[in-house]
Amino acid sequence: MAHAQSHTKRIWNVFWILSAITIVEVILGIYKPDVLHLTSFLGTSPLNWLFIILTLAKAYGITWSFMHMEGEKTWFRRAVVWTAVFLIIYLVTLLLIEGDYLYSTLAPLVRW
Amino acid sequence: MESNIAVTNEKKPTWGGGGVKPFGASYGKMMMWFFIVSDALTFSAFLAAYGLTRFKFINSWPIADEVFTHVPFVHGEFPMIYVAFMTFVLIASSVTMVLAVDAGHQMNKNKVTVYMLLTIIGGIIFVGSQAWEWNTFINGSYGAVKTTDGKILQFTKQSGVDKDGNAIFKQIALADFVVGDRGNARVQHTKGNGLWFEDEGTISQYSIAQIISSYEGNPDIQIRTELIDLDKKQKKILSREKGAEELAKTRLIVEGANLEVNEYGNTIFADFFFFITGFHGFHVFSGIIFNIIVFFNVIVGTYEKRGHYEMVEKVGLYWHFVDLVWVFVFTFFYLV
Repeated sequence: MAHAQSHTKRIWNVFWILSAITIVEVILGIYKPDVLHLTSFLGTSPLNWLFIILTLAKAYGITWSFMHMEGEKTWFRRAVVWTAVFLIIYLVTLLLIEGDYLYSTLAPLVRW
Repeated sequence: MESNIAVTNEKKPTWGGGGVKPFGASYGKMMMWFFIVSDALTFSAFLAAYGLTRFKFINSWPIADEVFTHVPFVHGEFPMIYVAFMTFVLIASSVTMVLAVDAGHQMNKNKVTVYMLLTIIGGIIFVGSQAWEWNTFINGSYGAVKTTDGKILQFTKQSGVDKDGNAIFKQIALADFVVGDRGNARVQHTKGNGLWFEDEGTISQYSIAQIISSYEGNPDIQIRTELIDLDKKQKKILSREKGAEELAKTRLIVEGANLEVNEYGNTIFADFFFFITGFHGFHVFSGIIFNIIVFFNVIVGTYEKRGHYEMVEKVGLYWHFVDLVWVFVFTFFYLV
Protein backbone atom coordinates (compact mmCIF):
# COMPACT_ATOMS: atom_id res chain seq x y z
CA MET A 1 0.00 0.00 0.00
CA ALA A 2 2.94 2.27 0.70
CA HIS A 3 3.58 3.02 -2.94
CA ALA A 4 0.19 2.58 -4.50
CA GLN A 5 -0.28 3.78 -8.03
CA SER A 6 -1.21 7.42 -8.39
CA HIS A 7 -4.58 8.21 -9.96
CA THR A 8 -4.04 11.92 -10.40
CA LYS A 9 -4.83 11.97 -14.09
CA ARG A 10 -8.14 10.18 -13.65
CA ILE A 11 -9.10 12.48 -10.77
CA TRP A 12 -8.59 15.53 -12.95
CA ASN A 13 -10.60 13.92 -15.75
CA VAL A 14 -13.53 13.41 -13.41
CA PHE A 15 -13.16 17.00 -12.23
CA TRP A 16 -13.38 18.33 -15.78
CA ILE A 17 -16.42 16.19 -16.51
CA LEU A 18 -18.20 17.40 -13.34
CA SER A 19 -17.36 21.03 -14.15
CA ALA A 20 -18.58 20.64 -17.72
CA ILE A 21 -21.89 19.21 -16.48
CA THR A 22 -22.27 22.13 -14.06
CA ILE A 23 -21.57 24.64 -16.83
CA VAL A 24 -24.16 22.99 -19.09
CA GLU A 25 -26.70 23.12 -16.25
CA VAL A 26 -26.02 26.79 -15.59
CA ILE A 27 -26.27 27.74 -19.28
CA LEU A 28 -29.57 25.87 -19.60
CA GLY A 29 -30.74 27.46 -16.33
CA ILE A 30 -30.00 30.96 -17.58
CA TYR A 31 -31.38 30.67 -21.13
CA LYS A 32 -34.18 28.18 -20.47
CA PRO A 33 -34.94 27.37 -24.12
CA ASP A 34 -38.72 27.47 -24.65
CA VAL A 35 -38.75 24.08 -26.39
CA LEU A 36 -37.45 22.44 -23.25
CA HIS A 37 -38.89 24.77 -20.64
CA LEU A 38 -42.49 25.32 -21.72
CA THR A 39 -43.29 21.83 -22.92
CA SER A 40 -44.24 18.94 -20.70
CA PHE A 41 -42.92 15.41 -20.51
CA LEU A 42 -43.93 12.82 -17.88
CA GLY A 43 -45.36 15.39 -15.51
CA THR A 44 -42.73 18.09 -15.71
CA SER A 45 -40.74 19.97 -18.33
CA PRO A 46 -38.00 18.17 -20.29
CA LEU A 47 -35.63 20.82 -18.90
CA ASN A 48 -36.30 19.63 -15.35
CA TRP A 49 -35.72 16.03 -16.39
CA LEU A 50 -32.46 17.08 -17.97
CA PHE A 51 -31.40 18.80 -14.73
CA ILE A 52 -32.27 15.72 -12.69
CA ILE A 53 -30.40 13.37 -15.02
CA LEU A 54 -27.32 15.60 -15.06
CA THR A 55 -27.45 15.81 -11.27
CA LEU A 56 -27.57 12.04 -10.96
CA ALA A 57 -24.62 11.82 -13.36
CA LYS A 58 -22.67 14.19 -11.11
CA ALA A 59 -23.66 12.23 -8.01
CA TYR A 60 -22.41 9.06 -9.69
CA GLY A 61 -19.09 10.70 -10.55
CA ILE A 62 -18.58 11.92 -6.99
CA THR A 63 -19.55 8.64 -5.33
CA TRP A 64 -17.81 6.25 -7.67
CA SER A 65 -14.61 8.15 -8.30
CA PHE A 66 -14.04 10.67 -5.50
CA MET A 67 -15.45 8.53 -2.70
CA HIS A 68 -13.80 5.54 -4.34
CA MET A 69 -16.93 3.41 -4.23
CA GLU A 70 -15.76 1.54 -7.34
CA GLY A 71 -12.90 0.07 -5.31
CA GLU A 72 -15.05 -1.31 -2.48
CA LYS A 73 -16.26 -4.92 -2.27
CA THR A 74 -19.40 -5.52 -4.31
CA TRP A 75 -21.73 -6.27 -1.43
CA PHE A 76 -20.43 -3.43 0.70
CA ARG A 77 -21.17 -1.09 -2.19
CA ARG A 78 -24.64 -2.54 -2.54
CA ALA A 79 -25.32 -2.35 1.21
CA VAL A 80 -24.73 1.39 1.00
CA VAL A 81 -26.08 2.33 -2.43
CA TRP A 82 -29.10 0.06 -2.73
CA THR A 83 -30.32 0.89 0.78
CA ALA A 84 -30.05 4.63 0.26
CA VAL A 85 -31.43 4.64 -3.28
CA PHE A 86 -34.40 2.43 -2.42
CA LEU A 87 -35.42 4.43 0.66
CA ILE A 88 -34.99 7.77 -1.10
CA ILE A 89 -37.07 6.76 -4.12
CA TYR A 90 -39.74 5.40 -1.80
CA LEU A 91 -39.89 8.55 0.33
CA VAL A 92 -39.78 10.98 -2.57
CA THR A 93 -42.51 9.14 -4.48
CA LEU A 94 -44.88 9.11 -1.52
CA LEU A 95 -44.29 12.73 -0.55
CA LEU A 96 -44.64 14.08 -4.08
CA ILE A 97 -47.91 12.20 -4.59
CA GLU A 98 -49.11 13.62 -1.29
CA GLY A 99 -48.05 17.13 -2.29
CA ASP A 100 -49.96 16.84 -5.55
CA TYR A 101 -53.03 15.70 -3.63
CA LEU A 102 -52.74 18.64 -1.25
CA TYR A 103 -52.60 21.00 -4.21
CA SER A 104 -55.70 19.57 -5.82
CA THR A 105 -57.59 19.77 -2.53
CA LEU A 106 -56.32 23.16 -1.53
CA ALA A 107 -56.09 25.10 -4.80
CA PRO A 108 -59.85 25.65 -5.21
CA LEU A 109 -59.89 27.33 -1.81
CA VAL A 110 -57.31 29.94 -2.74
CA ARG A 111 -58.88 32.74 -4.77
CA TRP A 112 -56.51 34.90 -6.76
CA MET B 1 -20.70 -21.13 12.12
CA GLU B 2 -17.30 -19.74 12.88
CA SER B 3 -17.64 -17.06 10.23
CA ASN B 4 -20.54 -15.57 12.16
CA ILE B 5 -18.63 -14.99 15.35
CA ALA B 6 -17.45 -11.41 15.52
CA VAL B 7 -15.33 -11.51 18.69
CA THR B 8 -12.65 -14.12 18.91
CA ASN B 9 -10.51 -14.82 21.91
CA GLU B 10 -7.51 -15.57 19.78
CA LYS B 11 -4.86 -12.98 19.20
CA LYS B 12 -6.49 -11.86 15.97
CA PRO B 13 -9.72 -10.02 16.76
CA THR B 14 -12.00 -8.90 13.97
CA TRP B 15 -10.99 -5.37 12.91
CA GLY B 16 -7.69 -4.07 14.12
CA GLY B 17 -4.67 -6.24 14.70
CA GLY B 18 -4.54 -7.47 11.15
CA GLY B 19 -7.36 -10.00 11.41
CA VAL B 20 -10.48 -10.39 9.36
CA LYS B 21 -11.97 -7.27 7.89
CA PRO B 22 -15.64 -7.60 7.06
CA PHE B 23 -16.18 -6.48 3.43
CA GLY B 24 -12.47 -5.75 3.29
CA ALA B 25 -13.10 -2.34 4.81
CA SER B 26 -11.65 -1.01 8.04
CA TYR B 27 -13.98 -0.35 10.94
CA GLY B 28 -13.69 3.44 10.70
CA LYS B 29 -14.27 3.57 6.99
CA MET B 30 -17.29 1.30 7.11
CA MET B 31 -18.88 3.26 9.91
CA MET B 32 -18.25 6.50 8.03
CA TRP B 33 -20.12 5.00 5.09
CA PHE B 34 -23.03 3.93 7.26
CA PHE B 35 -23.14 7.37 8.86
CA ILE B 36 -23.23 8.87 5.37
CA VAL B 37 -26.19 6.64 4.47
CA SER B 38 -28.15 7.89 7.47
CA ASP B 39 -27.18 11.50 6.84
CA ALA B 40 -28.15 11.12 3.18
CA LEU B 41 -31.59 9.97 4.32
CA THR B 42 -31.91 13.02 6.56
CA PHE B 43 -31.11 15.35 3.69
CA SER B 44 -33.45 13.47 1.35
CA ALA B 45 -36.21 13.86 3.90
CA PHE B 46 -35.67 17.63 3.90
CA LEU B 47 -35.57 17.83 0.13
CA ALA B 48 -38.59 15.55 -0.21
CA ALA B 49 -40.49 17.75 2.25
CA TYR B 50 -39.46 20.73 0.13
CA GLY B 51 -40.83 18.85 -2.89
CA LEU B 52 -44.10 18.11 -1.13
CA THR B 53 -44.57 21.76 -0.18
CA ARG B 54 -43.65 22.93 -3.62
CA PHE B 55 -46.18 20.57 -5.19
CA LYS B 56 -48.73 21.80 -2.66
CA PHE B 57 -48.17 25.40 -3.84
CA ILE B 58 -47.25 24.50 -7.41
CA ASN B 59 -49.11 27.49 -8.90
CA SER B 60 -47.60 30.12 -6.60
CA TRP B 61 -44.07 28.97 -5.73
CA PRO B 62 -41.33 31.62 -6.08
CA ILE B 63 -39.25 31.34 -9.26
CA ALA B 64 -35.63 30.87 -8.17
CA ASP B 65 -34.30 33.01 -11.02
CA GLU B 66 -36.19 35.97 -9.61
CA VAL B 67 -35.00 35.36 -6.07
CA PHE B 68 -31.29 34.63 -6.26
CA THR B 69 -30.02 37.19 -8.72
CA HIS B 70 -27.16 39.00 -7.03
CA VAL B 71 -23.40 38.75 -7.32
CA PRO B 72 -21.08 40.42 -4.79
CA PHE B 73 -19.46 43.72 -5.84
CA VAL B 74 -21.52 43.90 -9.02
CA HIS B 75 -24.78 45.71 -9.58
CA GLY B 76 -27.49 44.28 -11.74
CA GLU B 77 -29.19 40.94 -12.05
CA PHE B 78 -27.28 37.79 -12.86
CA PRO B 79 -29.34 34.79 -11.88
CA MET B 80 -27.43 31.54 -11.26
CA ILE B 81 -23.95 32.98 -11.65
CA TYR B 82 -22.96 33.19 -8.00
CA VAL B 83 -24.45 29.88 -6.97
CA ALA B 84 -22.69 28.27 -9.93
CA PHE B 85 -19.46 29.72 -8.59
CA MET B 86 -20.20 28.21 -5.17
CA THR B 87 -20.86 24.81 -6.73
CA PHE B 88 -17.62 25.05 -8.63
CA VAL B 89 -15.67 25.94 -5.46
CA LEU B 90 -17.08 22.92 -3.66
CA ILE B 91 -16.28 20.56 -6.54
CA ALA B 92 -12.76 21.99 -6.72
CA SER B 93 -12.25 21.45 -2.99
CA SER B 94 -13.48 17.90 -3.45
CA VAL B 95 -10.78 17.40 -6.04
CA THR B 96 -8.02 18.70 -3.77
CA MET B 97 -9.37 16.34 -1.11
CA VAL B 98 -9.08 13.32 -3.44
CA LEU B 99 -5.61 14.46 -4.39
CA ALA B 100 -4.73 14.56 -0.67
CA VAL B 101 -6.01 11.00 -0.25
CA ASP B 102 -4.06 9.93 -3.33
CA ALA B 103 -0.87 11.56 -1.99
CA GLY B 104 -1.55 9.80 1.33
CA HIS B 105 -1.47 6.43 -0.40
CA GLN B 106 2.02 7.29 -1.56
CA MET B 107 3.01 8.46 1.93
CA ASN B 108 3.87 11.87 0.53
CA LYS B 109 3.50 14.07 3.59
CA ASN B 110 4.23 17.40 1.90
CA LYS B 111 1.68 16.87 -0.84
CA VAL B 112 -0.99 15.78 1.66
CA THR B 113 -0.33 18.95 3.68
CA VAL B 114 -0.69 21.25 0.68
CA TYR B 115 -3.84 19.57 -0.64
CA MET B 116 -5.49 19.52 2.81
CA LEU B 117 -4.79 23.23 3.13
CA LEU B 118 -6.33 23.94 -0.28
CA THR B 119 -9.40 21.89 0.69
CA ILE B 120 -9.83 23.91 3.87
CA ILE B 121 -9.53 27.18 1.96
CA GLY B 122 -12.15 26.00 -0.55
CA GLY B 123 -14.49 25.12 2.31
CA ILE B 124 -14.05 28.53 3.91
CA ILE B 125 -14.77 30.30 0.61
CA PHE B 126 -17.94 28.25 0.26
CA VAL B 127 -19.23 28.96 3.78
CA GLY B 128 -18.39 32.65 3.33
CA SER B 129 -20.36 32.72 0.08
CA GLN B 130 -23.29 31.08 1.77
CA ALA B 131 -23.21 33.68 4.53
CA TRP B 132 -23.29 36.37 1.87
CA GLU B 133 -26.18 34.63 0.12
CA TRP B 134 -28.13 34.51 3.39
CA ASN B 135 -27.41 38.15 4.08
CA THR B 136 -28.66 39.18 0.64
CA PHE B 137 -31.76 37.02 1.00
CA ILE B 138 -32.57 38.35 4.50
CA ASN B 139 -32.14 41.98 3.49
CA GLY B 140 -34.20 41.53 0.35
CA SER B 141 -33.86 43.54 -2.80
CA TYR B 142 -37.20 45.04 -3.77
CA GLY B 143 -39.74 45.03 -1.01
CA ALA B 144 -43.35 43.94 -1.38
CA VAL B 145 -46.64 44.13 0.49
CA LYS B 146 -48.67 41.41 2.13
CA THR B 147 -52.46 41.47 2.01
CA THR B 148 -54.98 40.51 4.64
CA ASP B 149 -55.49 37.18 2.88
CA GLY B 150 -51.77 36.42 3.06
CA LYS B 151 -50.78 37.11 -0.54
CA ILE B 152 -47.55 38.83 -1.50
CA LEU B 153 -47.85 41.63 -4.06
CA GLN B 154 -44.77 42.89 -5.86
CA PHE B 155 -44.39 45.98 -8.01
CA THR B 156 -43.32 45.96 -11.65
CA LYS B 157 -42.84 48.32 -14.52
CA GLN B 158 -42.95 47.53 -18.22
CA SER B 159 -39.43 47.31 -19.57
CA GLY B 160 -40.10 46.41 -23.20
CA VAL B 161 -41.88 43.96 -25.45
CA ASP B 162 -40.90 40.44 -26.48
CA LYS B 163 -40.86 39.16 -30.06
CA ASP B 164 -44.58 38.31 -29.95
CA GLY B 165 -45.46 41.83 -28.91
CA ASN B 166 -46.31 40.93 -25.30
CA ALA B 167 -45.18 43.34 -22.62
CA ILE B 168 -42.18 42.36 -20.49
CA PHE B 169 -42.36 43.49 -16.91
CA LYS B 170 -39.43 44.07 -14.60
CA GLN B 171 -39.73 44.17 -10.84
CA ILE B 172 -38.96 47.49 -9.18
CA ALA B 173 -38.15 48.35 -5.59
CA LEU B 174 -40.40 50.32 -3.25
CA ALA B 175 -37.76 53.05 -3.25
CA ASP B 176 -38.10 53.37 -7.04
CA PHE B 177 -41.69 54.59 -7.04
CA VAL B 178 -42.87 55.49 -3.56
CA VAL B 179 -42.94 59.27 -3.23
CA GLY B 180 -44.19 61.85 -0.77
CA ASP B 181 -44.48 61.81 2.96
CA ARG B 182 -45.55 58.76 4.98
CA GLY B 183 -48.47 60.83 6.23
CA ASN B 184 -48.90 59.49 9.73
CA ALA B 185 -45.65 60.80 11.28
CA ARG B 186 -45.01 57.34 12.63
CA VAL B 187 -41.44 56.81 13.86
CA GLN B 188 -39.57 53.73 14.93
CA HIS B 189 -40.02 53.09 18.62
CA THR B 190 -36.72 52.81 20.45
CA LYS B 191 -35.76 52.62 24.10
CA GLY B 192 -34.56 56.23 23.80
CA ASN B 193 -37.80 57.77 22.53
CA GLY B 194 -40.35 55.59 24.30
CA LEU B 195 -40.70 52.95 26.94
CA TRP B 196 -37.34 51.51 27.95
CA PHE B 197 -38.83 48.07 28.58
CA GLU B 198 -40.64 47.79 25.26
CA ASP B 199 -39.21 46.66 21.90
CA GLU B 200 -40.62 47.14 18.45
CA GLY B 201 -39.72 45.24 15.31
CA THR B 202 -38.25 47.35 12.52
CA ILE B 203 -40.95 49.35 10.77
CA SER B 204 -40.72 50.31 7.12
CA GLN B 205 -39.76 53.82 6.17
CA TYR B 206 -42.91 53.89 4.04
CA SER B 207 -46.50 53.75 5.20
CA ILE B 208 -49.22 51.65 3.59
CA ALA B 209 -51.21 54.76 2.64
CA GLN B 210 -48.11 56.24 1.04
CA ILE B 211 -47.55 53.14 -1.11
CA ILE B 212 -51.19 53.08 -2.22
CA SER B 213 -51.19 56.76 -3.17
CA SER B 214 -47.87 56.41 -5.02
CA TYR B 215 -49.34 53.47 -6.94
CA GLU B 216 -52.39 55.50 -7.86
CA GLY B 217 -50.29 58.47 -8.89
CA ASN B 218 -47.97 56.49 -11.20
CA PRO B 219 -49.73 54.78 -14.14
CA ASP B 220 -46.57 52.83 -15.11
CA ILE B 221 -46.67 50.62 -12.04
CA GLN B 222 -48.38 47.26 -12.24
CA ILE B 223 -48.76 44.61 -9.56
CA ARG B 224 -47.22 41.18 -9.86
CA THR B 225 -48.94 38.37 -7.96
CA GLU B 226 -47.51 35.11 -6.72
CA LEU B 227 -49.74 33.20 -9.12
CA ILE B 228 -47.87 31.48 -11.94
CA ASP B 229 -49.14 31.45 -15.51
CA LEU B 230 -48.48 27.76 -16.15
CA ASP B 231 -48.25 28.21 -19.92
CA LYS B 232 -45.53 30.82 -19.79
CA LYS B 233 -44.04 29.84 -16.43
CA GLN B 234 -44.09 33.44 -15.34
CA LYS B 235 -45.83 35.26 -12.53
CA LYS B 236 -49.14 36.86 -13.48
CA ILE B 237 -49.30 40.65 -13.72
CA LEU B 238 -52.52 42.35 -12.70
CA SER B 239 -54.22 45.14 -14.59
CA ARG B 240 -54.14 48.61 -13.00
CA GLU B 241 -57.73 48.35 -11.70
CA LYS B 242 -57.39 44.81 -10.38
CA GLY B 243 -54.07 45.80 -8.82
CA ALA B 244 -55.61 48.73 -6.97
CA GLU B 245 -58.29 46.39 -5.65
CA GLU B 246 -55.73 43.94 -4.29
CA LEU B 247 -53.48 46.68 -2.97
CA ALA B 248 -56.35 48.09 -0.91
CA LYS B 249 -56.17 44.92 1.19
CA THR B 250 -52.57 45.60 2.23
CA ARG B 251 -51.81 44.64 5.80
CA LEU B 252 -48.04 44.71 5.97
CA ILE B 253 -45.00 46.05 4.15
CA VAL B 254 -42.42 43.31 3.68
CA GLU B 255 -38.78 44.10 3.04
CA GLY B 256 -36.51 41.06 2.97
CA ALA B 257 -37.21 37.62 4.33
CA ASN B 258 -37.21 35.82 7.65
CA LEU B 259 -39.03 32.85 9.14
CA GLU B 260 -42.32 34.75 9.34
CA VAL B 261 -42.54 36.86 6.20
CA ASN B 262 -40.87 36.70 2.83
CA GLU B 263 -40.97 39.36 0.14
CA TYR B 264 -40.28 36.78 -2.58
CA GLY B 265 -43.51 34.86 -2.00
CA ASN B 266 -44.52 31.95 0.18
CA THR B 267 -43.06 32.23 3.67
CA ILE B 268 -42.40 28.51 3.75
CA PHE B 269 -40.04 28.94 0.79
CA ALA B 270 -37.83 31.10 3.03
CA ASP B 271 -38.20 28.58 5.87
CA PHE B 272 -36.96 25.76 3.66
CA PHE B 273 -34.18 27.92 2.29
CA PHE B 274 -32.88 28.70 5.78
CA PHE B 275 -33.39 25.16 7.00
CA ILE B 276 -31.84 23.21 4.14
CA THR B 277 -28.97 25.50 3.20
CA GLY B 278 -28.39 26.13 6.90
CA PHE B 279 -28.16 22.43 7.69
CA HIS B 280 -25.87 21.93 4.72
CA GLY B 281 -23.76 24.93 5.72
CA PHE B 282 -23.42 23.46 9.19
CA HIS B 283 -22.13 20.24 7.62
CA VAL B 284 -19.58 22.22 5.62
CA PHE B 285 -18.56 24.05 8.77
CA SER B 286 -18.01 20.81 10.73
CA GLY B 287 -16.20 19.39 7.71
CA ILE B 288 -13.80 22.33 7.81
CA ILE B 289 -13.16 21.70 11.52
CA PHE B 290 -12.43 17.99 10.89
CA ASN B 291 -10.17 18.92 7.99
CA ILE B 292 -8.26 21.38 10.16
CA ILE B 293 -7.73 18.76 12.88
CA VAL B 294 -6.48 16.24 10.31
CA PHE B 295 -4.35 18.92 8.66
CA PHE B 296 -2.45 19.54 11.93
CA ASN B 297 -2.13 15.80 12.53
CA VAL B 298 -0.53 15.51 9.10
CA ILE B 299 1.90 18.33 9.91
CA VAL B 300 3.00 16.86 13.24
CA GLY B 301 3.45 13.49 11.54
CA THR B 302 0.80 11.44 13.35
CA TYR B 303 -0.11 9.48 10.22
CA GLU B 304 3.51 9.16 9.13
CA LYS B 305 4.18 7.36 12.43
CA ARG B 306 1.01 5.31 12.13
CA GLY B 307 2.19 4.10 8.76
CA HIS B 308 -0.93 5.03 6.79
CA TYR B 309 -3.10 8.04 5.98
CA GLU B 310 -6.47 6.37 6.37
CA MET B 311 -7.79 9.20 8.53
CA VAL B 312 -7.42 11.54 5.54
CA GLU B 313 -9.51 9.07 3.56
CA LYS B 314 -12.25 9.05 6.21
CA VAL B 315 -12.61 12.83 6.49
CA GLY B 316 -12.39 12.80 2.70
CA LEU B 317 -15.50 10.63 2.53
CA TYR B 318 -17.36 13.09 4.73
CA TRP B 319 -16.16 16.03 2.67
CA HIS B 320 -17.26 14.45 -0.62
CA PHE B 321 -20.61 13.69 0.91
CA VAL B 322 -21.08 17.38 1.70
CA ASP B 323 -20.30 18.12 -1.95
CA LEU B 324 -22.73 15.41 -3.04
CA VAL B 325 -25.54 16.96 -1.00
CA TRP B 326 -24.82 20.38 -2.44
CA VAL B 327 -25.20 19.00 -5.97
CA PHE B 328 -28.78 18.06 -5.07
CA VAL B 329 -29.55 21.26 -3.17
CA PHE B 330 -28.25 23.24 -6.15
CA THR B 331 -30.55 21.37 -8.52
CA PHE B 332 -33.71 21.43 -6.46
CA PHE B 333 -33.41 24.93 -5.05
CA TYR B 334 -31.92 26.83 -7.95
CA LEU B 335 -32.49 24.95 -11.18
CA VAL B 336 -35.68 22.90 -11.23
